[in-house]
Amino acid sequence: MKQNSAIQITHISKIYKTAYIETVALDNVTFSIDKSEFVAIMGPSGSGKSTLMHILGALDTPTSGSYILDGQKVENLSDDELAEIRNKKIGFVFQAFNLLPRITVLQNVVLPMQYAGIPKPERLERAEKYLKMVGLTHRMHHTSNQISGGQQQRVAIARALVLNPAILLADEPTGNIATAQAEEIMAIFQELNDSGHTVIMITHEPDIAAHSKRVIHLRDGKIITDEKNRNRKLVKRTNIID
Amino acid sequence: MELWEIILESLQTLSLNKLRTGLAMLGIVIGIGSVIALISLGQSTQQSVQSQIQALGSNLLTIFPGSQNQGVVRGAAGGQTTLTYDDAKAIMTSSQITDVANVAPQVGRREQITGGSSNTNTQVLGVTDAYAQVTNTSVSMGSFISSQDVDSLGRVAVLGPQVVSDLFGAGSNPVGQSIRINKISFRVIGVTVSKGGTGFANRDDVVYVPLTTAQQQLLGIDYVNSISVSVKSANLMTDAENQIGYLLLARHKISDPTKADFSIISQSDILNFASQTTGVFTALLSGIAAISLLVGGIGIMNIMLVTVTERIREIGLRKALGAKKKTIITQFLTEAIILTFAGGVLGMVLGIALSLLISNIISLPFTLSFGAIVLAIVVSGAIGILFGWYPAKRAADLSPIEALRYE
Repeated sequence: MKQNSAIQITHISKIYKTAYIETVALDNVTFSIDKSEFVAIMGPSGSGKSTLMHILGALDTPTSGSYILDGQKVENLSDDELAEIRNKKIGFVFQAFNLLPRITVLQNVVLPMQYAGIPKPERLERAEKYLKMVGLTHRMHHTSNQISGGQQQRVAIARALVLNPAILLADEPTGNIATAQAEEIMAIFQELNDSGHTVIMITHEPDIAAHSKRVIHLRDGKIITDEKNRNRKLVKRTNIID
Repeated sequence: MELWEIILESLQTLSLNKLRTGLAMLGIVIGIGSVIALISLGQSTQQSVQSQIQALGSNLLTIFPGSQNQGVVRGAAGGQTTLTYDDAKAIMTSSQITDVANVAPQVGRREQITGGSSNTNTQVLGVTDAYAQVTNTSVSMGSFISSQDVDSLGRVAVLGPQVVSDLFGAGSNPVGQSIRINKISFRVIGVTVSKGGTGFANRDDVVYVPLTTAQQQLLGIDYVNSISVSVKSANLMTDAENQIGYLLLARHKISDPTKADFSIISQSDILNFASQTTGVFTALLSGIAAISLLVGGIGIMNIMLVTVTERIREIGLRKALGAKKKTIITQFLTEAIILTFAGGVLGMVLGIALSLLISNIISLPFTLSFGAIVLAIVVSGAIGILFGWYPAKRAADLSPIEALRYE
């Protein structure tokens, strides 16, 4: 095992069975992602990228194969053990943001730290730190349905980072937001990656994948290409106060 | 996540949806409220009946003519003519009877009475001087029937306060006035102290006259309707009952005790009977209230299930962010318990208010049933756990992937 691996996936398969048919969603997939990488996983719908994202995110377990996340075996864990892995090692950024609508931005960012049992003063300190990082200190006490989509996604990024996870796992992070704001999100991802965070992003948009350092293409549950992104698109944050 | 945090969060969630929270609680409020009100009312009734019976005097045995098991058809108690004044005198004087303190035979009938400027229809009781001691009756004015009045067939009467106010006006002093019972004139010699009571037990609406006068001049009979006996102490009741039984059997020349032409009923018999009746009454009311409580509980479950469905995405997100099953169950269970507990407290207030109101309206003594309150708290907590568990379990068992995808 390589010491600097964030993720090692070996011969992972996922087969969904119904009464009449078996669907192979992932077919013997093997790859690894090093720490501080910025990987985009691409593929058309039905390619297995959502299934891969669920397994990488410890939301689901593979039918066979092994998955080592940050040096820890993840396959075949119980529901509660998976919950702990998700809490401590994975920072999720979803397409639909998935903030709790009726509570404040700050409370949303604090939520994962409640489940991790972080003492209260430290929670606030950390939440404020990451909200400052995504430029939303001034929206801290708004409820999340009072702010724009781009802002909501930045809150989600702050929430994903508060427990300093091994990987930042983003599922179509710009799917629901306007282009200008999508660029801002990508700029944040690049900034995070530059400061050492491992970023894994699932997307079907080549424009978005272009911001990563490495692109993995999936089709029919198999990896068809896995290569360095030679024409990487670099963006800077505009730092518009909004 | 610590429990107090979950409680705070649940309170926040519940307060964010006030209408739903209110509706969910309403069922429990009504359920608990009616349980407390009905149990309290039941107990008030029970106590009121008991205190009325006890006001007749403790250590009391009452002898009625007629057997309790006379062939197939049983005559109305008191309808027979087998007890006499002499029986009463014998119970008092016999050397075989050691445990009896006093004996009060009586006859009675409703009569039309005129006096002052009006008239009334009331119970006329023919009694002896012993009646006052046996039944704890005392006079507020004048004096009670004396033994001389009984011996001399005196035409004197002692009035209950209700009769005084009916005939002479409330609070007036009728002593020395005369009243007419069945066209015979009686001189009023006293007024009894008000004892309260309603219906059959209203002992204020009564006129006492000497037993002998009542027998010979009003009713034309030589028997008595009942004999009340006060026993020296409560633990001698059984002995006294036996002594009196043997004496009367001998006097009536009956050898088979099962064919006795009288029956002896003790105060505790009456009390037991009354408690049984009111107990059934209370149980019935509580049963009805329990059904409404059950319906309230199902209401809570319903709302909690709706809440779970409404918040599937939230649950998915919480699980994705690291919430364990236990945390999710605790969260939803806490919400359900807070709902029912708050409902229980409100219901308790409602129930107490209701029973206060009702006992005021029908002038019963207000009894706050401590047991009912404990029951309400325990039951509402139990309902919260019972009916909150299933929705909470469903929420916790959701797969995070499915839950996050849910629209």
